[in-house]
Amino acid sequence: MYKIIKKEKLNNSVEKMTILAPYVARKCEPGQFVIVCADEGDERIPLTIQDYDRESLTVSIIYQVVGYSTKKIARKNEGDYLAHFAGPLGVAAHLGKKKRVLGIGGGVGAAPLYPQIKKLFGAGTECDVILGGRSSEFVILREEFEAISKVYVATNDGSLGLQGFVTDILKDLIAKGNHYDEVITIGPLIMMKAVVEITKPLQIPTMVSLNPIMIDGTGMCGGCRVTIGGQTKFACVDGPDFDGFEVDFDECMRRQNMYKTHEDHACKIGLGGEQNA
Amino acid sequence: MPNMSLKKVKMPEQDPNLRNKNFSEVALGYSVEEAKEEASRCLNCKQRFCVDGCPVNVPIPEFIQAVLSEDFKKAYDIITSENSLPAICGRVCPQENQCEGKCIRTKKGESVAIGRLERFVADYMMADTTSNSQLLPKNNRKVAVVGAGPAGLTCAGELAKKGYSVTLFEALHEVGGVLMYGIPEFRLPKDLVAKEIEKIVQMGVTIQKNVIVGKSITIDELMAEGFEAVFIGSGAGLPNFMNIPGENLNGVYSANEFLTRSNLMKAYAYPNSPTPIHIGQKVAVIGGGNVAMDAARTAKRLGADEVYIIYRRSEAELPARLEEIHHAKEEGIIFKLLCNPIGIYGNDGWVEKMECIEMELGEPDASGRRKPVVKPNSSHFVAVDTVIIAIGQSPNPLIRTTTPGLDVTNWGGIVVCEDTMSTTKENVYAGGDVVTGAATVILAMGAGKKAAQAIHQKLASHGN
Ligand SMILES: Cc1cc2nc3c(=O)[nH]c(=O)nc-3n(C[C@H](O)[C@H](O)[C@H](O)COP(=O)(O)OP(=O)(O)OC[C@H]3O[C@@H](n4cnc5c(N)ncnc54)[C@H](O)[C@@H]3O)c2cc1C
Ligand SMILES: Cc1cc2nc3c(=O)[nH]c(=O)nc-3n(C[C@H](O)[C@H](O)[C@H](O)COP(=O)(O)OP(=O)(O)OC[C@H]3O[C@@H](n4cnc5c(N)ncnc54)[C@H](O)[C@@H]3O)c2cc1C
Ligand code: SF4
Ligand code: SF4
Ligand code: FES
Repeated sequence: MYKIIKKEKLNNSVEKMTILAPYVARKCEPGQFVIVCADEGDERIPLTIQDYDRESLTVSIIYQVVGYSTKKIARKNEGDYLAHFAGPLGVAAHLGKKKRVLGIGGGVGAAPLYPQIKKLFGAGTECDVILGGRSSEFVILREEFEAISKVYVATNDGSLGLQGFVTDILKDLIAKGNHYDEVITIGPLIMMKAVVEITKPLQIPTMVSLNPIMIDGTGMCGGCRVTIGGQTKFACVDGPDFDGFEVDFDECMRRQNMYKTHEDHACKIGLGGEQNA
Repeated sequence: MPNMSLKKVKMPEQDPNLRNKNFSEVALGYSVEEAKEEASRCLNCKQRFCVDGCPVNVPIPEFIQAVLSEDFKKAYDIITSENSLPAICGRVCPQENQCEGKCIRTKKGESVAIGRLERFVADYMMADTTSNSQLLPKNNRKVAVVGAGPAGLTCAGELAKKGYSVTLFEALHEVGGVLMYGIPEFRLPKDLVAKEIEKIVQMGVTIQKNVIVGKSITIDELMAEGFEAVFIGSGAGLPNFMNIPGENLNGVYSANEFLTRSNLMKAYAYPNSPTPIHIGQKVAVIGGGNVAMDAARTAKRLGADEVYIIYRRSEAELPARLEEIHHAKEEGIIFKLLCNPIGIYGNDGWVEKMECIEMELGEPDASGRRKPVVKPNSSHFVAVDTVIIAIGQSPNPLIRTTTPGLDVTNWGGIVVCEDTMSTTKENVYAGGDVVTGAATVILAMGAGKKAAQAIHQKLASHGN
């Protein structure tokens, strides 16, 4: 049983929880994730570690309420418990020494992006960040990012920042002569694919974070397999971060929809807060 | 005068056409009368060949005599002197290759049904919760056990009996290893596994679930926390794929994923369980071991019309337990033997058909089995909408890659000294599938027990 120390609502469908989880908090690094069961008998779902505190032995997660499991988590309050919370899983993001990095976060993808940018900023890297969402309320962590980076915002309906997609800002920044050593993009697959379609011809190294369907998260089931540079990898142990140039996005999107008919909720919004970006 | 019937007393079973639609246990177990009748077939031999065939040397004739005299408590105590999980072994041991395979009565007719009798005794005594094991007083010395499968559970239980403070670390949210996530309910009921585990917990073992050793904590860190020895029983959980085209299509599963969804996550009860499982009308399971039989029979129960076992050798080489092969056939599983898949093809991203080639048996290979060779011009397509790959598992790399000083084989198995199960790293022991590769429950238990003895000897000789 893992105690919920703190719970905040970030917008109508995105919430943040801080959980007491000593084994995870002592070891985790940016880029890693946990597997959570809301209650005994529930599905195991992966959620990225958004922040952690080695002193208080707590870990924060930010989740979008999309279906059964996330609804069950959302029903819990401070002082309640999550049944299972296993981790840290996956390999830590490769955050080598870089001069200038561009982060692109779509919807709730901003959450896993945050610890990576925070760590880079701490190591002296100059960071720009583009945040995207369907509308203003889907843009999360803007103030937190503003403290460590220069932030640009795009919303589909123009309710905040530019009306359009994160890729419109990306094209614009590049056109203006900004040079980035690396782009790190986390969000819906369709958005990450669109980003790579811009950065690949320009040979700007781009890391993406894949979110296939997982069960164990430890390499035991192979359900999370993805094709990277023509080779099959298990995203839970070899990823979830991969070189965007090598990813077979179409396969990822197809596999992510394997249980679509089973998940009876209205909109298929996956990891990010938008249908398109 | 012993009962000279050539055949075992039949064990009642659910009707094949009913049971292939439910998940209740297939074999229903002996009644007291049936057990006594079967027990009377044992010749109580002086030269106990059966005992030699059992990897943990259960005193078989002795327990069978106790059954005959209706002293089931005594029979239970005799069995559990060597085997701490008799209800499980009675059900899943490949008896035909072990105890029963060596039984003198196989010279003429069928062996004594040792497994069924063992199961009978364990089930009969299941209600009896009083632990008969002698617990030594706590010695305040800490030992860590990694992985709560049969190897880890046995090692933990044995050490706890000897007074050690044992902490068992398990990566998943349930203990039991393959007994929980792999072997289906209809063959090994999960509350029975839970009860057997409860007995081990009662000996005072502390269980820490959701701890992935190598990720949440490393072996070296465990040592630094004051654990004087570590036993690794992390199994062989990494599924092998075939590396043929189309393996990432929707509708292709590893047997591990398919069985984990169904057993551990209870997808068989979907929509009453939140975890979904995809099951088409035609299902092909590739492989011929217990894992393949379990996957095929699960697929049938989940509603598939036609389920194939596709295996590249012939029936004689099928590695599964004999009983499971019989049961699978009775339930309507179709065996396509001497057949090997070479590609999976899809429509719209979903599996549609599989290309297979026929095989013939050639010369014996290094393992002594006749090697399958390709029959020319035999390629053909089989229409399927789900493919389950059950061609074996290897040890997960998480522990070996985070534990300096631990030698492993080229296929990733941990290297141990077979007498003590000690690894190349001081005070670190290993056993079960992580050492042998995918093997059996009883071998894993045997290894756990041997390691517990060696750990006790080592630590006892080093004082406090
Ligand atoms: C490595 C990784 C990190 C992730 N991090 C976050 C995060 O920080 N915040 C966040 O909001 N979401 C994250 N996700 C996605 C999150 O796991 C899904 O939103 C969640 O599983 C949905 O479950 P549900 O029952 O509420 O919805 P459902 O109705 O079951 O599913 C909604 C969608 O979620 C995806 N999904 C469903 N089950 C799983 C599963 N077992 N594993 C993975 N995806 C699944 C599918 O694409 C599905 O279409 C992450 C996924 C991965 C793989
Ligand atoms: C479907 C199936 C059917 C089978 N049928 C039979 C049968 O009929 N008869 C028979 O004798 N054998 C059968 N077997 C084989 C038998 O189950 C195994 O040989 C046996 O379970 C091995 O025991 P183990 O303790 O070594 O490993 P496992 O049972 O695999 O247990 C290992 C445990 O360690 C945990 N673990 C792994 N890595 C870590 C880590 N890093 N940190 C913490 N915990 C970890 C795992 O989650 C697991 O719980 C079958 C196997 C399968 C898969
Ligand atoms: S433990 Fe297995 S091999 Fe040994 S007697 Fe029992 S059924 Fe036979
Ligand atoms: S070999 Fe067979 S008949 Fe002889 S003691 Fe063993 S079980 Fe009984
Ligand atoms: S989630 Fe099972 S192997 Fe990755």
